[in-house]
Amino acid sequence: MKQDLLLFGALIVIVAMIFLLVPKPIVFSTTVSYLIIGLILLALIFIFIRTINGHFVGRRIVFLFVGIAVVLPFFMKIHQPIRVSPEVQTVYDSTAQLKPGSKVLVSFDYDPASAPELQPMAESYFRLCLEHDLKIIIMGLWPQGPQQAELALQIALADSSIVKKKLERGIDYVDLGFQTGNEFVIQRMGTDFRTMFPRDTRGIPYDSIPLLRDVRNFSNIDYSFNLSAGYPGTVEWIQVAVDRYGLKLGAGNTGVQATGMYPYLRAGQLKGLLGGLSGAAEFERATGKEGTATFYMLPQSFSHVIVIAFILIGNAAFFLGEKNKARKEQK
Amino acid sequence: MDTFGIWVAAFLTLGIISFLYRDNPWYKVCESIFVGISAGYWFVTLFYDNILGLFWRGVTSPDPHYMLLVGAVLGFMMLLRLVPPIGWISRWPLAFVVGATAGLYIINYFSSNVMLQVQSTLAPLFSTKFGQPIFEASLYDTIGNLVIAGGTFTGLVYFFFSKEHKGVFGGAARIGIWTIMITFGASFGYTVMSRMSLLIGRMEFIFGDWLRLIR
Amino acid sequence: MRREVPLIITAVVGVIFVIQYFIPHAPFNQFNSWFSDWFAIIGACAIWLGALNLMRISADKIYRRRSGWGYAAIIIASFLLIATIGFAGGSQFRDPGTGFDWLYTWVYSPLSATMFALLAFFVASASYRAFRARNLEATLLLLAAFFVMIGRVPVGDAIGSFIHLPESLMPSKITIWIMGFINSAGQRAIMIGIALGIVSTSLRIILGIERSYLGGD
Repeated sequence: MKQDLLLFGALIVIVAMIFLLVPKPIVFSTTVSYLIIGLILLALIFIFIRTINGHFVGRRIVFLFVGIAVVLPFFMKIHQPIRVSPEVQTVYDSTAQLKPGSKVLVSFDYDPASAPELQPMAESYFRLCLEHDLKIIIMGLWPQGPQQAELALQIALADSSIVKKKLERGIDYVDLGFQTGNEFVIQRMGTDFRTMFPRDTRGIPYDSIPLLRDVRNFSNIDYSFNLSAGYPGTVEWIQVAVDRYGLKLGAGNTGVQATGMYPYLRAGQLKGLLGGLSGAAEFERATGKEGTATFYMLPQSFSHVIVIAFILIGNAAFFLGEKNKARKEQK
Repeated sequence: MDTFGIWVAAFLTLGIISFLYRDNPWYKVCESIFVGISAGYWFVTLFYDNILGLFWRGVTSPDPHYMLLVGAVLGFMMLLRLVPPIGWISRWPLAFVVGATAGLYIINYFSSNVMLQVQSTLAPLFSTKFGQPIFEASLYDTIGNLVIAGGTFTGLVYFFFSKEHKGVFGGAARIGIWTIMITFGASFGYTVMSRMSLLIGRMEFIFGDWLRLIR
Repeated sequence: MRREVPLIITAVVGVIFVIQYFIPHAPFNQFNSWFSDWFAIIGACAIWLGALNLMRISADKIYRRRSGWGYAAIIIASFLLIATIGFAGGSQFRDPGTGFDWLYTWVYSPLSATMFALLAFFVASASYRAFRARNLEATLLLLAAFFVMIGRVPVGDAIGSFIHLPESLMPSKITIWIMGFINSAGQRAIMIGIALGIVSTSLRIILGIERSYLGGD
């Protein structure tokens, strides 16, 4: 307990020092950035040597390295080229090629826990739709989804190129909110949207919303984009809306979920996929507007390199240890 | 108000991160707040979106849907689980949920995850799309389609445990497990990416929004 | 009454859902609509049940002064706080600027996001201590993970360019190939296997062979 209090006290002192003494913001020059990278590499070599000598570093040291790999790149200025993969390009093409006035259904099936991955996708997707004068219908199968949608929408609407358009809720975009029932909601929407969403999130009746005047079911939707972090999500949209009602669907998934979507992608059930934060960054590249995901790519790269380094160190130690053991047994 | 919010959020974020040091009271307080707040969040949201929005407005609308009352009765039966002597009655709505899910899944999974996947696996070797001239297919696509067909087939062979994995069958199962291992490796890679992304998001909040060290 | 009625409900509802796929006309489409609405309402009540049960267990813990009862009190207080603010806010309860929205933005979101972010540290630690290329299968897994991790972030191609790798061997290209072909094949095999399992289990449930969901008694 005493040790805990001491540590928490130290944390408060560090925070106070940061607020009072450290100049803001911190930006490392390229030279300093490479110098820091060099120091991290040296530290990893030190860990490597210790590990092959049989001294595995404690888990808190590994945690520290992960923390460093994630935080320090925020202050660095290193440019990295981002290439757009075919599945991401398909989402962009499918949306950008729609005629102005086309209706796009965007379902938000995630909560704040997945926001760092999916929120940048939502922001750039909304921006793309609004730039191309597409009409957006928002809904969610997760209760937190529509709230995440509102956050993304506010950012997209604040974009200088979109402010000029003077877009209006109910005419250019609408938020239908959340409904429980998972895939049963999608199934019911196949025949009638209104029964599942009698009002939008502002309490306006479905029939009084101009944007929804001609929207009865999926046959009136030109393209749909699903942001998903699990169940219910993309799989349910594919099974019901795509395979049964013929909806054209693209998806943005968390990294954990994305790998399972590739069979659907190959079968043509899914028209494009943004997988994890790298998918979001690639999509930003495709739209030509760099945003949060692109900014996150440097720490993402660093953290991947650190994990790979630790796997390599662990394996090198394992094989050298095995070799030493075999040698000892021979003797 | 936002400044206060940022400080509250920073306190809670650091509280959860403090678990890395060890399980401690700060973490436990944050964890309890999370449990209570998320339960309350669902409670309120479902009341407005579902109980009020779907059921109550549906029943009291000018064109009332009285069949919703059946759903409400079943829902009430579900809540009776809180009353142990008659808790067994919650099996009725549960049976409804299980039956509906089973009925829906039979069709959905068989159609989307079996039939359409098999159809897509049996793709022409020399071209990715039906109707394309044969010479338009690249070696890349041809090899890819072979890998898809071979990998899927051998993967399924591996999952077939009614026959001993020996001889040609065993060889196919072995290729199947290699394919599945590569798949798991790819999933691991994506999982690392996913978890790191979430951490990056939180660190940006701490060092950017709160400490204002990031430009 | 306790077992027979649920079994009949399951069978009837399941069969109707199967039929409505093949005959999407009256009366089956009507059943589909009703059932979907009922499912949504029961789903909401099930989550309410969970929340109320949590309150009951926490209150019991406080009443009996069990260890950690203080944390149970925090759970109840947090629940009551957001519920009170939410219900007081009326149907516009989550609009930007409301107390509910404030709690969502500054309490719920950071807690929920950080809880999952913690896993990043443990994934790295586990990779260091347990991820070993002990045999061919594990080596394949490790190699695939390596290429995906390096190929899905820009640093992979940056290193590739630095060591003058040909375009077709760039990590991003290799990753696209792994994901599009081998991963698709493996995932598809798993997907088909799981789907067949789900179909057979669903059939057993509808036919009343599988009854474990009814519990004891």
